[in-house]
Amino acid sequence: METTRKSIRKQSLEKLYNLLSASRKVYAPVIAPDKQVEYKYNPDFAEVTFEHIRSTLSVKNVVFPKVENLFFYSNAKTESTITDIDLNKIPEIVLWGTHPCDNAAFDILRSIFSWDINDEFFSKRFEKLVVIGLSCHLSDEYCFCTSVGLTPNSAKGSDILLSRLQNGDYQAEILTEKGNGIVTLSPELFEPISGEEVTVTEVKQKFNHEQVTVKLASAFENRFWIENSLRCIGCGACAYVCPTCACFDIQDETKGKNGKRYRSWDSCGFGLFTLHTSGHNPRQVQSQRWRQRIMHKFSYMPERNESLGCVGCGRCSSGCPVDMNIAEQLEALQNI
Amino acid sequence: MSDNIYKPYLMEIENIVEETPDVRTFRLKFKNSDDAEKFSFKAGQFGEYSVFGEGESTFCVASSPTRKGYIECTFRKAGRVTNALANLEMGDTVGFRGPYGNTFPIEQWEGKNLLYIAGGIALPPMRCVIWNTIDLRDKYKDITIIYGARSVSDLVYKQELKEWEERPDIRLITTVDPGGQTPEWKGETGFVPMVLEKLAPSSENTVAILCGPPVMIKFTMPVLKKLGFQDKDIYTTLENRMKCGFGKCGRCNVGKVFVCKDGPVFSYEQILLLPEEF
Repeated sequence: METTRKSIRKQSLEKLYNLLSASRKVYAPVIAPDKQVEYKYNPDFAEVTFEHIRSTLSVKNVVFPKVENLFFYSNAKTESTITDIDLNKIPEIVLWGTHPCDNAAFDILRSIFSWDINDEFFSKRFEKLVVIGLSCHLSDEYCFCTSVGLTPNSAKGSDILLSRLQNGDYQAEILTEKGNGIVTLSPELFEPISGEEVTVTEVKQKFNHEQVTVKLASAFENRFWIENSLRCIGCGACAYVCPTCACFDIQDETKGKNGKRYRSWDSCGFGLFTLHTSGHNPRQVQSQRWRQRIMHKFSYMPERNESLGCVGCGRCSSGCPVDMNIAEQLEALQNI
Repeated sequence: MSDNIYKPYLMEIENIVEETPDVRTFRLKFKNSDDAEKFSFKAGQFGEYSVFGEGESTFCVASSPTRKGYIECTFRKAGRVTNALANLEMGDTVGFRGPYGNTFPIEQWEGKNLLYIAGGIALPPMRCVIWNTIDLRDKYKDITIIYGARSVSDLVYKQELKEWEERPDIRLITTVDPGGQTPEWKGETGFVPMVLEKLAPSSENTVAILCGPPVMIKFTMPVLKKLGFQDKDIYTTLENRMKCGFGKCGRCNVGKVFVCKDGPVFSYEQILLLPEEF
């Protein structure tokens, strides 16, 4: 579809939001009482923030929930039966005001979940997702989207991308059929562009990801991993806040005779992640796990999944309890 | 099977063989005859076996694809799932999903001699390909099997070992570690690498398939090299912790190579290219 550019007034945005919120699940950012930014379903428009840099957690849970049931089972004496999950019941979700980094992450997740074998749990949720993105007019020292091939106003992954204009109204780029579907709900809200300039923040490029990928190809045995992971406590927070981390665990949970098999977020930072039953562990120490994290995103994924496993949102660094900064490390890696 | 790639087939335990005090072989039959008909696999592939309520565990299919209508698996009681499996009885239900992974290139081996070398609980991942090639006996030249275990009671597939021993078209050498023999033991006594060195099979037109504990592999490789085997003619399987079995859960990779998708079967030539992460 050819992109069309429209302009939408601030008051019209509220009308659009209320229209969507009245008929479907809208997942929008709000500022929580502790000043952290979190996403909520159908908050009042007055609560929705347009001034956030990044939410504490990414929004990947809309396509890859923290815990997702895979099926239910029932155990009788010798007989077990399985009941499938009805994936047709997955509702349409409208993401509101997510930034370009988070929106670009969906295609990266897709590259993992559809790699050779299609994961229906992911793809059905992804099909039902409509993304109304918001370009960034704010950024901070943790942002590095420009180092991984994105920009504060890249349209990748958005169905409609809003960008603030100098007069406080918004530009709306309608990018896909899904986006067009939103416009047709109330076409009069979308007016011809006014000629106002968009206000987009500047994010300084910190490293060249292609050079990093080249360096990593021969960096497996480098001392870098030990030196740069000494303070890592293996808490896994980086994976939980990451919009592209897709590793998961599969577990059973039974109550009486009935139970469910589910998958849940996991992290390569945990020692148990790769531990064999025999006690052998291919990634025995934290430096090996840190290496896996960087290698997976910047070396293995570009080669195997044809996607870079990072969107430069900066959450892993801003959320790290021991202040490990991935962008700084990648900058250093580029020069080893 | 539905589109749900995590949903296992329901299997009924048709037979249980107690191989050793802690190793069992299950013969599993598809409960749904449609599933049975559609199912096919090749030697070397693996699956996820489950006890509902305890979880899933990864092992290879230990029976040959030439034997239709059932699959077999052999496991040692080691963790939560394998202990739960060991507590099951005939007629009980087991979940199975698969087959996953690559296969032994047995078509490429046609017209060659096959040398199978297995240690301990590593005979099961090789049993599938051994039977597969025995069932297609005309296609291969000499078939030699060297199998070692810690002690006589640790040898698995005792019935089949007897069968292989009696067949004139298979050469079977069994060995137990020094101290593991019984007064009645008629096989070799000694570690696998030494038995191999003594036997000194020719590497001419021969493929070696090697599975065993790391220490066995470590000392057997130099012997194979001394006998003139090339890296590309030596095959083995890698095992890493897995959850999904198809490249999504993210834990079995060795460098950029995913054991579940690119393996579990690797030539030694491929192994040498991997980083030390297995």
